[in-house]
Amino acid sequence: MPQNMQLSDAKAAEIKAVSIGKTFGAFHALKDLSLDIGRGEFLTLLGPSGSGKTTFLMILAGFTAPTTGRLVMDGKDITDVPAEDRSYGMVFQGYALFPHLTVEQNIAFPLKVRGRSSSEIKRKVGEMVERVGLVGHEKKLPAKLSGGQQQRVALARALVFEPSVLLLDEPFSALDKNLREMMQQEVKRLHEETGTTFVFVTHDQSEALALSSRVAIFNHGELLQVGKPKDVYERPENRFVAEFLGEINLLPLDALHLDGDRAAGQFEERTIVLNKTMPMTGSNAVAAIRPEHMVISASPQSSDRNAITCRVEGATYFGASTKYHLKTRKGTSLAVSMPTAATSPIAPQTDVWVSWPVNQGFLLPSGG
Amino acid sequence: MIGKSATSRKILLLAPLLLFLGLAYVVPFLGVVRWSFTMPEVGLGQYRALFTDPLVQSVFIRTLRICLVVTAAALVAAYAIGYVWVRGSSVQRMLAEFCILVPFWISVLTRAFGWLAMLSNRGLINTWLQSAGIISEPLALARNELGVIIGMTHFLIPFAVFPIASAMRSIDERVLLAARGMGASRTRIFWTVFVPLTSGGLIGAALIVFVFALGFFVTPAILGGGRSVMVAELVYLRIFQSPDWGLGAAISVVLVLFIGILLALMRRFIKPAHLVG
Repeated sequence: MPQNMQLSDAKAAEIKAVSIGKTFGAFHALKDLSLDIGRGEFLTLLGPSGSGKTTFLMILAGFTAPTTGRLVMDGKDITDVPAEDRSYGMVFQGYALFPHLTVEQNIAFPLKVRGRSSSEIKRKVGEMVERVGLVGHEKKLPAKLSGGQQQRVALARALVFEPSVLLLDEPFSALDKNLREMMQQEVKRLHEETGTTFVFVTHDQSEALALSSRVAIFNHGELLQVGKPKDVYERPENRFVAEFLGEINLLPLDALHLDGDRAAGQFEERTIVLNKTMPMTGSNAVAAIRPEHMVISASPQSSDRNAITCRVEGATYFGASTKYHLKTRKGTSLAVSMPTAATSPIAPQTDVWVSWPVNQGFLLPSGG
Repeated sequence: MIGKSATSRKILLLAPLLLFLGLAYVVPFLGVVRWSFTMPEVGLGQYRALFTDPLVQSVFIRTLRICLVVTAAALVAAYAIGYVWVRGSSVQRMLAEFCILVPFWISVLTRAFGWLAMLSNRGLINTWLQSAGIISEPLALARNELGVIIGMTHFLIPFAVFPIASAMRSIDERVLLAARGMGASRTRIFWTVFVPLTSGGLIGAALIVFVFALGFFVTPAILGGGRSVMVAELVYLRIFQSPDWGLGAAISVVLVLFIGILLALMRRFIKPAHLVG
């Protein structure tokens, strides 16, 4: 890809959502949502279906009006600005290409709407076609293209007019795994090259973690946490975020003792030490540890690690990693994921120690 | 084996219809074809007459002209009604449905006389306009080509609405949203996205209306008042009012052939299932 084809002169916008609420009849699709979207960032809206993430994207796009709250872009209130005047690029689920127009005509559409000269349209469309790797397909109708190629047309069409914001609504949900990973890299590259603000909706947590500069996690119309991928994955602020972002082991603790940013509690007569990442009260809590942060060994290991005794119940082979299924003495289920190459297979019914560094676990409230 | 017996069972289900169509239409039509070559004497004389007889020619030209105008008018009206039917509010949809279905249930004869009551010199429209002082002489709205066109258009609009509405319904809403998001105005979206995406329905509707209109008999006979004879009426006149069965038969054969070609064209443009909405 030639380096001189920068779109970076496109001005990236920043958007502030202030107390956005949306009701459909009696249903609260969004509840009092405030979120700052930074200039040029790649923000992913992540959540299960019905969590409100798509509703929020549609409000950003201007296709849906919020019931309450304001949207401010670069200091200007745009709540009542219709979609056609916001000039955001958008990639829809299912791509929404114009089926009666060729690849070239699809990409040229937003430029024609803007009354650009035909020579400029020809040049920009040509650049964009090259950028997304569709040279040779210019005269084809969308129906003649593969899913990945249609996706590229949708991206090209959304970016060709150099929008200050690009909105993407589950763009990869129809692609198979390999193609999806390829397109993820492509979108990441386009983000770096254009410098535009990207807002991306997905329900796929690994996609969210892999692509974004920040992830916003939604559930039941509420924004639960916003943060860098590493922060939301390793320092979730509540149980939903912890469990939605990936498998996690939960160990109920009692006799909780808080000491600054550290906490200690009892699990099956052993003391477990953890980081305290959120305000806690009471004497009960749950220790949360990701399966890949734990290690299986024959002895309790060093003293700066937490360790509990378990019995191996079985193993699942995933190629690069192997996941062991274990039970503690009192029957709590655990999963431990270890690199296959670094371990020799452990037979079922073996008694082992499971340990993890004290800075890798975190506390969650026991209720929810 | 199972597939074969299933197919033959389906043919068995169709058999009564095929038998009926064969006995009631195909066999008699073959008789008509024979007349066209044998009456009054054996030969191609009647077909030659089709190309030379000025009366027959003027009727053919008038028929084509009326059919084209009716098709155009019905398409425009059907597009508007279809649009409201598919994309209007729930009240608008109900109104559109009413406008489409009620005429459908009323016989063609009743509707032709209804229009006569509206359009004739002493009809509702002329009476109103005269009593309001807008015109002094009645407008010639019926018993001429204009009356025929109005009556036929009205009759054929529902047939055009179904394929057009079907095409409108199959448009992906997100495609229209995408166009809006790219800054396109509603007018631009309508002309550059919406209308092109319904072109299949428009072509289908045009062919249906045109083919239907070619064979119209009752409406032109009543609203044309004998002054605006179309092909079907000409066949009737040749066979029932002058002993010219051969010419009437030849006109029928040409008409059926012409319609057959149009139907074959239609099959290429649009799937039959799309025509019924």
